[in-house]
Order: sequence, then structure tokens, then C-alpha cells
Amino acid sequence: MQTEIVGKPVPRKEGRSKVTGAARYVDDLRMPGMLYGATVRSPVSRGRIRSINFGEGIPWDEFVVVTAADIPGENAVALILLDQPYLASEFVNHAEEPILLLAHADKHLLERARRAVTFDIEPLPAVYTLADSLAGKEIIWGEDNTFKTYLVDKGNVDDVWAQADLVVEGEYSTGAQEQLYIETNGIVAVANEDEGVTVWGSMQCPYYVHKALLKLFALPPERVRVVQCETGGGFGGKEEYPSMIGGHAALLSWKAGGRPVKIIYDRAEDMSATTKRHPSLTRHRTAVTRDGKLLAMEIEFNVDGGAYATLSAVVLSRGTIHAAGPYHCPNIRIRSRAVATNVPPHGAFRGFGAPQSIFALERQMDKVAAAVGLSPAEFRRRNFIREGEATATGQIIREPVDMAGLLARAFALTDYEARRERFARENAERAARGATVRRGIGFASFMHGAGFTGSGEDYLKSIVGAEADAEGRVRILAASTEIGQGTNTIFAQIASDALKLDYDLFEMAQPDTGTVPDSGPTVASRTCMIVGRLVESAAVGLRQTLQGAGLLTDEYDADEWRAACRAYIERYGALKSFSQYKPPPGVRWDDEKYEGDAYGAFAWAVYVAEVSVDTLTYETRVEDFVAVQEVGKVVHPILAAGQIEGGVAQAIGFTLYENVVWRDGRMLNNGMTNYVMPTSADLPPIRVHFEEQPYQYGPAGGAKGIGELPLDGGAPAILNAIEHATGVSFTHVPLMPEALMRGLSEDA
Amino acid sequence: MTEAAAKIEVNCTVNGTAHQLRVHPMARLLDVLREELELTGTKEGCGEGECGACSVLIDGQLVNSCLVPVLQAEGAEIKTIEGVASGAELHAVQQAFIECGGAQCGICTPGMVLAAMSLLTENPHPTDADIRHGLAGNLCRCTGYMKIFDSVVRACERAGVKA
Repeated sequence: MQTEIVGKPVPRKEGRSKVTGAARYVDDLRMPGMLYGATVRSPVSRGRIRSINFGEGIPWDEFVVVTAADIPGENAVALILLDQPYLASEFVNHAEEPILLLAHADKHLLERARRAVTFDIEPLPAVYTLADSLAGKEIIWGEDNTFKTYLVDKGNVDDVWAQADLVVEGEYSTGAQEQLYIETNGIVAVANEDEGVTVWGSMQCPYYVHKALLKLFALPPERVRVVQCETGGGFGGKEEYPSMIGGHAALLSWKAGGRPVKIIYDRAEDMSATTKRHPSLTRHRTAVTRDGKLLAMEIEFNVDGGAYATLSAVVLSRGTIHAAGPYHCPNIRIRSRAVATNVPPHGAFRGFGAPQSIFALERQMDKVAAAVGLSPAEFRRRNFIREGEATATGQIIREPVDMAGLLARAFALTDYEARRERFARENAERAARGATVRRGIGFASFMHGAGFTGSGEDYLKSIVGAEADAEGRVRILAASTEIGQGTNTIFAQIASDALKLDYDLFEMAQPDTGTVPDSGPTVASRTCMIVGRLVESAAVGLRQTLQGAGLLTDEYDADEWRAACRAYIERYGALKSFSQYKPPPGVRWDDEKYEGDAYGAFAWAVYVAEVSVDTLTYETRVEDFVAVQEVGKVVHPILAAGQIEGGVAQAIGFTLYENVVWRDGRMLNNGMTNYVMPTSADLPPIRVHFEEQPYQYGPAGGAKGIGELPLDGGAPAILNAIEHATGVSFTHVPLMPEALMRGLSEDA
Repeated sequence: MTEAAAKIEVNCTVNGTAHQLRVHPMARLLDVLREELELTGTKEGCGEGECGACSVLIDGQLVNSCLVPVLQAEGAEIKTIEGVASGAELHAVQQAFIECGGAQCGICTPGMVLAAMSLLTENPHPTDADIRHGLAGNLCRCTGYMKIFDSVVRACERAGVKA
């Protein structure tokens, strides 16, 4: 019998092809007769299109040209609402909005042609900021610019304010953030009336693209096929956007009679036109007793959705549910709102609203602690949620949770209390002798729910298959994509342990809607916990099938397994097993009241950041970072640590480096030279520690989700540390040196 | 001036094989490698020399091939990721990247492997700081670099054993 390999650092399935350059990404595909496609975009943020002009000196008759008039089905990207067109026909609602598509075999000529197309657009008044949209400065979407609102109402906050010992208010905001996968968006499409539509591309969610193409071409499901290529990073940025670029490439191919068309965005186009993290504005009002018990939290959470609804309702939902954090408070009211602005639509980015609302909460918690006269740690200890207590949505925590234990461990690993005291003392000494560097240490405590919210997983009803061949090899059939996080590897580990067979016998089928069932999108920290569980049961289904046929006993070795598979396939033709999601027992969710069990399970965490701040140059460096989290069973220690380290690095970027500069709704710094992400020289040691509290409905002995968690804690931990270092409370990220200078100057 | 007339002949060696190329002199080496020679392991991440995904070695020097006009490759020996392994046997750096989790999505990996090899050639026993600064021209969005540092240290230890 095979020994357990869950928990062991087995080699990544596609590791060899990645280190040798053999892995095939979409831009590595070439097909006979292939054309290159380009998108001509609006230079205006809001306006009415009067005419399209084709400039001189370009052999236009050689080009494939597509406008909205060429769309065979519906001109709308199918997602939640149908408000976003594939190609604008009358009105544009953001700069960079696609209006026209071009294709040609010569990509240099194509680029000249793209520049030769101009538009006559009558400008209309536009709204560029969250504040202006909330204020209704101009109504640009629906009746009041609102895509979605939520109300979470626990207890009754209204009764508390008058009797509370202390009420503390705060306002916090976060900026946009670019996902900055190193592989830009790209698609190759072949589409015509005879053969239907096929696209290959870089993506997280093949079935999202599939659904979008059905509507765009008005075709039945079997005539559209979507295939994921090796994907060079996603982080949410390839959740919904591939439906757009996939549609564009397919429209060009359709118009060209089925010649293959490749569209690969260059970096500037990818940064200026595709989605980013939603900017946010959060207001807190917190009531506490004199001895530091939370009485009431009133939270107003707003996000800027950009010009179309895309995923804003869901981003807002996750941000809303996480807004009150891992604390027990009897009275909580959260009002949230996603609104429209005339900027390119914001979208999914790892954390999906939670990093924004948790940033605000964990800054507010430090503020309230100071007001009560308690240390940030002691204040939180008095309010941490415990097993049996209810979250903001009234979800009773039924799994063991030990936030105080995680805090203690994080503090022990960083020598937190001693350093906090020492830095305070040394900062005073440094200031006295005119030295400019200050040091500080801070932390954030938080949780992150895994899987779709509320009834989401029940609605998705994901399916996973497993198929064995006559050699006993098993292929996992799922639409869940490998985007670097390790899907191929952990699914093989989970299935391997489920059948007690060698890891090398297992592989993932390429996600292809023509051959794999819909296991749902690769988002929401759901791949391991939700889909992994289905992988496990689909694998077990193979064994049960063989046992049911009398070909296998309870105890078997690899040879007996192989013989049983061969015998079954000879007798019945194929050996397959499928498993479909069923919610764990006792789960209840009320979508009207936004109340109940929001997530199957939460990961819990405490992150500690140590910083140095130069008060002369206004440079901030994170000097040390410790991430302690409880994530259920760790399936693969190296991949899991890699998820946390990478997420923390993105969180550090979100906090100190990554500043989207806007002018009139356009990103000015749409290049890697002027939008700055952390390099290897910028980051501190990122020290990762896991606690494992098995989740009873998780796969592989109790795994939960971890992908998004590490984005949540970095920003507040770092700003809390900066406040410790400088005495100044900053409330916005990214905290750029200019803002640090202003803050420290005002304080002086 | 016709398109054909603008092309020149460039002679260079790529991964040990001599090539005589007819190319536009200002074509990017990156495009020539990917499109003429079909060596698609070299990736484009930004096209402006910032991310290092297109790193290759020219006469042993690490360069961003998106910034190199192909005419500069005349007479040069070029090594791309496809030329790093010896047949089925991976280079110590490649093996270490697999073992230590240095590759996640893999798009920066070819450039990162070449950058790590270049670093270890110049400095066989780098300190942690040397590794951090030696790889700072290659961006990775997945790993936070920690597992890449581990990979370089592992490769270094192994190379040390061999020496």
C-alpha cells in the first residue's frame, strides 16, 4: 500500500516543463494562416460615438474589420448583468472601451492600422472618483450609480451609542491595484458557422468564457469549446476578463471565415484596459465599554466598480461579510454599496473585497485600542471570536478557533512585546540625537472564508470526474485551472491518497469544456477545499465501481488495481466516476437578510510586520514579516507556503509600492517601469507558519482554502507598524512617500 | 525600400547550433528567437526591459532580449532556456527550482533560471543579499521570491558538492 503523500512536498506536476521552457502558453501557439488581432479603444471616458474614421495610407481592404454590427448574438459580456458590451456602438462609458476590432497577418502593419483609426466622439460629463459617484455628482449608471447594496444587521446598534463608554470613529480608503500577472491576457480563436467557436487562452475559468461565447454567438453549448493553455498568473485578473478578449478574437475569426486569430495584449494595453482591484472607502463607528469590550460596530463600506457591473456585486459581498473581522460583537450593522465611475471596470483580484474592508477594520481596531487605553493586542484578545459565537452574519463558528493562540505564536516568533517596547525607546533616543530612521512593529488579525458565499456553491453544483485507463492511470476531469498555485499537484495528491496509489499514476486533464465537466471557476479560495473534496470522492467512486463489479477487494496493490481497471474496461468500455457538490449538513443562508452561514469554513490568521521609516527620505521598508495562519490540513507544505509568501508580497506591494495614477479616468502609469511592484531586493524575509485544525468537510483529512488569505493582513499590519514607528496614523493605502512626508510634516 | 531589401544577414549560434538568419536589423532578438527559431521558452512580460522574463545569455552575459536588436547578435553565442538542460538531465538550478517551489505559474521561470545561473557563474557562493540583488532585475508575481532564494541556495549547495 502506498504511504500517505498529502502533507509531503512532492514535485509539482508541470514543474519540469516550466523550468525547461517547454510549457506552452497561449502566445506560444501558432496555427497555419493565423491572423493577429487588435482592439481599437475609446480615447474618451464618456460620450456618444458620432463616427469612425479610417485613416489614409493603410490597405484597409486587406483587413478584417469588426464592429458591433457584426455580432451574431447578443452584444453583452454574460456575467451577472448584461450591461457591458463587447464593442461599444453608440455610447462609450470609459476610456479604453473597445469599439472596433482589426485583424491582419502582419502584426506591424496591424499596429499602424490601429493607430490610423480615429473616432469622433461627443464628450458627456463623466465621474472619475468613488466620492463623486457616491455624491451623485453625475448619474452615469442606472438611477443612482449603484450596482449593488447590502445590509448586514445583527442585534441593534441604534440602542448602544447613548450608553457606550466610548465611541470611536474612523475613515479609511484603499486605491486600485493591478494584478500584474507576468503573462498578459491572450487568446487564440477559430470560429465559423460550420465548426462553431473554439478558443485557447490564458484564463482561470473556462466555463465563464464558454457561457459568454454562447450568448455572443447565439450558439448551443456543444458548438462552443474553451481550452485553457498554461497560464502565467491570474490573481483574479483572468477571472472575468478572458470572456472579453475571447469574444473579440472569436468575432474576428468568425468574420474571417474561420482563419485562426490571435490577440495578445502588450503590457501597456493590459494595464490600461483590463480590471484592477476595486478602490474602497470605509467608515467605522465603534462603541466599546471602558474595559475594552466591543458593544457595537457600524460600518459603511463602499467600492468603486468602474463603468460596468462585472463582478462588483460579489466583490462587495465578500468585503461586506469580512468587514467586522474575527471578533465577537453583539451589535453590528454593515451597509455597503458598489457604484459606477467612468473608469475601466474594476474586477476580481485575490482577496476580492476583503483586503479593503479588513484594512479599514484592523486600522480601526488599533485606534479603538488606543482610545480605551489598551494595547492593540490586549484589546483584540478581549474580543476575539470563539467557537460557538456568531459572526456579523450570525454564522455560529462550529469549528475550533483559537485566535489568541495564533496571536501568541506570532508574537513569540517575532519577539513582539520586547521589540515593541525596545523600538519605542530607541526611536526616542534616535530622535534626540538627530538620527532619521524610526522602527516599528504592528500586526493584524483576520479571517478569510473559503468557497463561494452563502448559497453560491449550492447554486454552482460543481462536478468533477475521474477516469482510469487500462494501465490503471487516473485522469482528473475538472475545469479548475492550474495558474501557478498548484491545482495539478494537489489534486493528484488528494486522489492518490484517496485510492492509496502512487502519485505518478495521477494527472489532471487539460481544462477543456469539450472534455471536462464544470467544476466551477478557479476563484474564491475554493479549488482545494470545495473542488478537492469532489476530486477525492470522484476518485473513491472509481474504486467503488471496481469493487461493485467484483474486480477489486478492500485491500489491493498497484498491480491488482491495474488488473481490475483493465478487466473493467475490457468488459464495459470505460471506467469513469463523477461527483457533484452537496452542501454540508445544517448549512443555512438567507440571501434577503444577508444572514446565516456565509462560508463553509474560514482560515484564521495573525500577521506581524516590522518596518523602518526614514523620516528624511520618507522611504519605508518592511524589515521582517511573520504570517501565522490556521488553514486546516496542509496538503503540500511548499506550495502552501508559496501561496502565503506570494500573497504577502502582493500585499506589501498594495501597501507601499503599487500606486495607480489616474487622470480623467485613464491610468497614466501603465507600464512596469512606472507602476512599481516589489522586486527581490525590496521584500523582507517572509516567515510562514501553519496551524492545522482539520475541517471536517475538507478533503485530504480536512484542508481549507488559502489562496486569498495572505492579501488581507499585510496592509493593516504595516500601517499599524508605521504608526508605532512614527506616531502618525495613516488611513490610506498605498502609502506613497509623498503622503508619508505630508503626514509626518503635519504632525511635526 | 521594399521589406525584403531591409533585411540583413545575421550569423549567430543559439544553444550550440549555428544559424544564418535573414532578418530586419532592428527586429528584437526576443521576436527572432520566438518566431524565426521557434524557441518559445523565452517569454515577453513587459517589452521594456523591466521584468526580465525575456532574459537570455549572450556570450555569457545576461540580457533582456526585448531590448536587443538582432543585429547586435552577429557572431554571438546565445543561450536560451531550451539550451540549459543537457538532454534529459536538468541543470542544478532547474532541478532546485522544481524541488524548492521556485516556479509557480512558470512565466518568469525561464528568465529567472538564466538569471540565477548568471549569478552563480559570477559568484559561486552568494550571500542572501547577493542573491536578492542579483535577481532584482527579474520580476516574479507569484512566489514573493522566497522559494526562488531557496532554489538558488539549493543549487549552490549542490554545485558545491559536485565541485
